[in-house]
Amino acid sequence: MPLDKNFNKRKLDAVIVKNEGIPFQLEAINEVRINKSAVEKRCASATNRRTVKKHNQVAWLLKAITCMDLTTLSGDDTESRVVRLCNKAKTPLRNDLLKKLGIEDLNIKVGGICVYHQFIRTALGALQGSTIPVVAVSTGFPAGHTPKKTKITEIKESIRSGAQEIDIVISRRHVLSGNWKKLYDEVSEYKEASGTACLKTILATGELGTLKNVKKAALICMMAGANFIKTSTGKESINATLPFTLVMCRAIREYRECTGFEVGYKPAGGISSAKDCLSHMMLVKEELGSKWLHPSLFRVGASSLLSDIERQIEHFVTGQYSSFNRHGMA
Amino acid sequence: MAWHRQMKKIEDSFKKMSYEEALESDKEALEWIAKHNGQFGHFIDGRFTKPKNLFKTINPFNKKEIAKVSQGTITDIKNSVKIARSGLERWQSLSCFQRSKYLYAIARYIQKESRTISVLESLENGKSIRESRDIDIPLAARHFYYHAGWAQLLDEEFENYSPVGICGQIIPWNFPLLMLAWKVAPAIAAGNSVILKPAEQTSLTALYFAEICRRIKLPAGVVNVVTGDGITGSYLVQQKDVSKIAFTGSTEVGKEIKKSTAGSGKKLTLELGGKSPFIIFDDADLDSAVEGLVDAIWFNQGQVCCAGSRLLLQETISTKVEKKILSRMKKLRFGNPLDKSIDMGPLVSFEQQSRVKGLVDKGVESGADIFQCDIPSNLKGYFYPPTLLRNVSPSMEIFQKEIFGPVLSSTTFRTPEEAISLANNSRYGLSASIWSENINLALDIAPKLKVGVVWINSTNIFDAAVGFGGYRESGYGREGGKEGMYEYLKFNSDHYQIKEARVLKKNISVKKKSISHIDQTRKMYIGGTQKRGDSGHSIVIFDNQREEIATVGRGNRKDIRNAVEAANKQMNWTMLSSHARAQIMFYIAENLSQRRDYFISLLSSTTFCQNPIQEFDTALKRLFSFASWADKFDGAVHQAPIRANTIALNEPVGVIGVICPNLAPLASFVTLIAAALCQGNRLVVIPSENFPLPAVDMYQIFDTSDVPSAAINIVTGKHEELIKTLSEHNAVDGIWNFGDPKYVSDIDIASISNLKQIWSINGNNINWINYHSSFNKLLLRKSSQVKNIWIPYGE
Repeated sequence: MPLDKNFNKRKLDAVIVKNEGIPFQLEAINEVRINKSAVEKRCASATNRRTVKKHNQVAWLLKAITCMDLTTLSGDDTESRVVRLCNKAKTPLRNDLLKKLGIEDLNIKVGGICVYHQFIRTALGALQGSTIPVVAVSTGFPAGHTPKKTKITEIKESIRSGAQEIDIVISRRHVLSGNWKKLYDEVSEYKEASGTACLKTILATGELGTLKNVKKAALICMMAGANFIKTSTGKESINATLPFTLVMCRAIREYRECTGFEVGYKPAGGISSAKDCLSHMMLVKEELGSKWLHPSLFRVGASSLLSDIERQIEHFVTGQYSSFNRHGMA
Repeated sequence: MAWHRQMKKIEDSFKKMSYEEALESDKEALEWIAKHNGQFGHFIDGRFTKPKNLFKTINPFNKKEIAKVSQGTITDIKNSVKIARSGLERWQSLSCFQRSKYLYAIARYIQKESRTISVLESLENGKSIRESRDIDIPLAARHFYYHAGWAQLLDEEFENYSPVGICGQIIPWNFPLLMLAWKVAPAIAAGNSVILKPAEQTSLTALYFAEICRRIKLPAGVVNVVTGDGITGSYLVQQKDVSKIAFTGSTEVGKEIKKSTAGSGKKLTLELGGKSPFIIFDDADLDSAVEGLVDAIWFNQGQVCCAGSRLLLQETISTKVEKKILSRMKKLRFGNPLDKSIDMGPLVSFEQQSRVKGLVDKGVESGADIFQCDIPSNLKGYFYPPTLLRNVSPSMEIFQKEIFGPVLSSTTFRTPEEAISLANNSRYGLSASIWSENINLALDIAPKLKVGVVWINSTNIFDAAVGFGGYRESGYGREGGKEGMYEYLKFNSDHYQIKEARVLKKNISVKKKSISHIDQTRKMYIGGTQKRGDSGHSIVIFDNQREEIATVGRGNRKDIRNAVEAANKQMNWTMLSSHARAQIMFYIAENLSQRRDYFISLLSSTTFCQNPIQEFDTALKRLFSFASWADKFDGAVHQAPIRANTIALNEPVGVIGVICPNLAPLASFVTLIAAALCQGNRLVVIPSENFPLPAVDMYQIFDTSDVPSAAINIVTGKHEELIKTLSEHNAVDGIWNFGDPKYVSDIDIASISNLKQIWSINGNNINWINYHSSFNKLLLRKSSQVKNIWIPYGE
């Protein structure tokens, strides 16, 4: 199995067996069985079977920060907004808190900055001096209804502009019409266009109708070479729920068992509290193992989550409940 | 300094991303124990007695004493019975609404105090705080809410029933408060008073509950708690004034209770052991099925009567699934039961630990492959590792015997038919799980399993609205649901009993008539054919003039054996649709009516018939009644508070042995067989000893009415020579004893081997011609048993 030790030019704590994709396999898709009630039961029980408290909770929340793709994807995004976000990304926690916790050496910073193509250069400029990667959403985000040619160009343009990671949206219509081969071909083309950049495929789980479709789409994206599978754009009415996390993590596990390739997981949208984030992380750990709780295999796409994490950490340090206005906004 | 250590810990945790111990506080629980000076008496007459004859209750995690509890003596038990009698009067003088309010208050208090109760439960039993907090205690509260409802509706929904009286309830240590709720809630909702004997390992939550009863000012004597071990329990069982014993525990003790109450007329519910199959088909959601397995066998350390302990895997996926199980097992966490991050705590006691170990060792000796999790060496309690035994054959003891620990025995099957055979290859019949995404397959298998509860794509889910209980040696009676309420109620006997003075004394004068011109040979009726008895002897039947009017075969052991064998082998009657059964029963009536004159003259020749014409017409009417019921005694769909349809299916008991009285020899026979047949049971009937002719003469009618062979088998003879063999036969599922009451005790004892369901009423004391119509419903309930099938849904 070929190993890529220079994943996205960053030094990694653990060696990841980077996904190279495999040929299209319809049988794997046809074998997918999901029992929704049992999945929901597992989610309900899993998050009650484990808990992290006190210093352990702080450690998990710090990890969450390092895995966070701090995101702004709004129609009213401007350069100043992106710059502000990047500055927050570099110093996600108040200095006095870092000092109090004695974790300055951990060099806590977010996992990535996620923006539209338009703001890649702005972000790169603002992040200068840090190793935080810039993530660009692509392929007609969020609906994915632009011409294929445009989509490919969009990916290439983003990479040329300096994006190190590309979050593409899949064509939901291929899933809903059962056109798995088309989906595979589409993602394969994106993979080719993105070259060595980290490719995250957004399934838009909330629009796929069933958990079964979510798992099938996840498997297809991995077959086509996705480095991450991601739940949502944040624009669907249902975003990252625990059942999606469970089903997608199980898909990753299955794919790894079959191929040896390790694919990352990114829940995005709707995770705004520290507690929610911890629930997803625990489920990831239970289903995939601690190795996945690392920015190279786990990201959480969020915009307001960071503020809540800061509050929880301040509470640990001072013993007093905190408020939002005590922490610098993104 | 301390802060510096914290900082170091953060850094370590950040690198490892592991879980650490997160303990639930035991402060409130310990304070409560301290308030009682660590010593507890019994709860009798609304107050605690002085602690006496103390024994320790141990925390199985650290083997330390938690408190001291009193060992109940015979005097304590007798005293509690006396008090329960006065409690009963107080309780029954209240209205439904008043009683309901008390149950509602209990439910509220369990909720309000849930955290303290959960901690107490985990301290004593060793189960994880997650389970006591998220499952046991909320369910216990739910049971009291649900039964507060039945208490309110008692008069309108059970109008022909009354409370049984004083109930003795003996519960196990695996779900201390939940089992208490399952027992106490329906008992007091039905208007009874209760003496509860908790398990000696886990008395504290029962005592906490007693305190709640006091705090809500439940009338004194309605709920009494006497602590102690099995000896205390046996005193309770022996009390004459206790009208009902409800027991949950081992099959061995259940059988002992059955024996010591034999012939006493005590109502009995036994919820006993199990060896439940967990069946995974190749079209299941395998990851979910494996997760289900965790809830099935590693829930409460496997100390669950309905634990899915026999894993049946379709051969095509067995390797894949076993691999998944092994990697899932490695993720299980062990530790202090109060740790909110563990899956499993210790077993309840040293005895339990050694028992499990012994059984597993034997399994390995007999050739099973073993895989066990590693229990961290710093854990010193009564831990036993989660265990998977592979390549287990049905002939091995570990496939058949209940282990009551975290031990899963796995084997494979090739076809659905084989899965059913393996699943049913057990003395037990408590529950089963079926995993398949194919609804056709799952719903085909569910009715074919001989169990009381089936979970489709789920496991170990419970609710107060859904009856729980098993078939076969897993016991009888149901807990929960409407069916569970009947276990604490008795049918009003004036609805069917005749005033004694009138019985048999009145001699009817009849016209002497020639019954037959040609000598008739009456044989037995076995497997749809007329069979000569094995013994070659006959007994003589006399008419009301004491003249010999006929002979019938004198049946023996072998005739009973042959009849039971036929009834077991030929399932056609049971397989028929209820519509088809109804049609055949109407047809029996039609053919019987053609022989009206003959049967009336036959009945005229015996003193056991008081009014031949009326009796004959009653028999016809009963056939019509039960033919009508055949396709109308429907089950139910329960409303459990989860997204599932829970179907309560009325299934036949199986093979029922029917012992008929002398009185009303045609009407009693027809009533009993019609009621049992309409639900699909197959019957072995021992007709009236002194006047079996109407029953025997019916076989010609069965032959001409398209009755499938072996649906009804008739063995004539001396009751004392037949009853024992029939009651002992392990392939008979139930006995309806309407014969002489002197056999009741013998039948009770003879039935113990396979715990067949016994229903004894003195049939010579029943107004067969004119009983209250609600008696039909009682017959229908007795001719069926409820199987609850949980079907969660959602795509």
